[in-house]
Amino acid sequence: MRSPLGRAVGLGSAKEGVEHWWAQRLTAIALVPLSLWFVSAIIGIAGADLETMQNWIGLPLPAILLVLLLIATFYHLSLGLQVVIEDYVHTDLAKLGLIIIVRLLSFGFAVAGVFAVVSIALGPTS
Amino acid sequence: MKSADRPLSPHLQVYRWQLTSVLSILHRATGVVLSAGTILLVWWLVAAASGPDAYDGVQDFLGSWIGLLLLFGWTVSLFYHLCNGIRHLVWDTGHALDLRSTYTGGWIVVGATAVLTLVAWIVGISRWVS
Repeated sequence: MRSPLGRAVGLGSAKEGVEHWWAQRLTAIALVPLSLWFVSAIIGIAGADLETMQNWIGLPLPAILLVLLLIATFYHLSLGLQVVIEDYVHTDLAKLGLIIIVRLLSFGFAVAGVFAVVSIALGPTS
Repeated sequence: MKSADRPLSPHLQVYRWQLTSVLSILHRATGVVLSAGTILLVWWLVAAASGPDAYDGVQDFLGSWIGLLLLFGWTVSLFYHLCNGIRHLVWDTGHALDLRSTYTGGWIVVGATAVLTLVAWIVGISRWVS
């Protein structure tokens, strides 16, 4: 028997509460306008040459929205892929290994994307 | 009782296909597809930051038939995951959880996905051609 307080504080074997669920919803809400903006913006400049594209990415609003899109997307997808792995992979080592790979790759790709946007926005084009 | 004799949760293959279950697994499948698709987005951004040679490489790939096929799959997946994600967010508020609403919402999601995908590609191609 555990006291109600002990159950709430200890959080059982999961060791965490609603953080995962809440972060997934928060990023989902952010991604509704961000992804709609991204698709419509990309359609508007599809097939443009490099200079046009760099000038567009370097504008304040597209640069800011692209960075937000990248952060929200990679946060959201790392949480989503983690649930898929937890549901279908049943050996502890493989489960842990895959979740670590997903987390590290998500972080790496997010940093690469953000760096690309920032370097186009701030740096001289090569 | 041996562990193998324990009652198992019902196997998927004994169920008739239903809109609700198909849309449910599609949400997960499109999520995985979109995760893979983000690599394309980052590749495109890094190429745009790297210079003309890298950028031409990406543009050539995206303009090829396999590139266009991937882009089409990516847009269908995005619009489906987006629309069905909104359906999930409505459910999270405790609304529209009865059987009738799950079907109505499901068909709305299917229709909205088709319309959004068609509009995006018709506008995109007409812009590209002109």
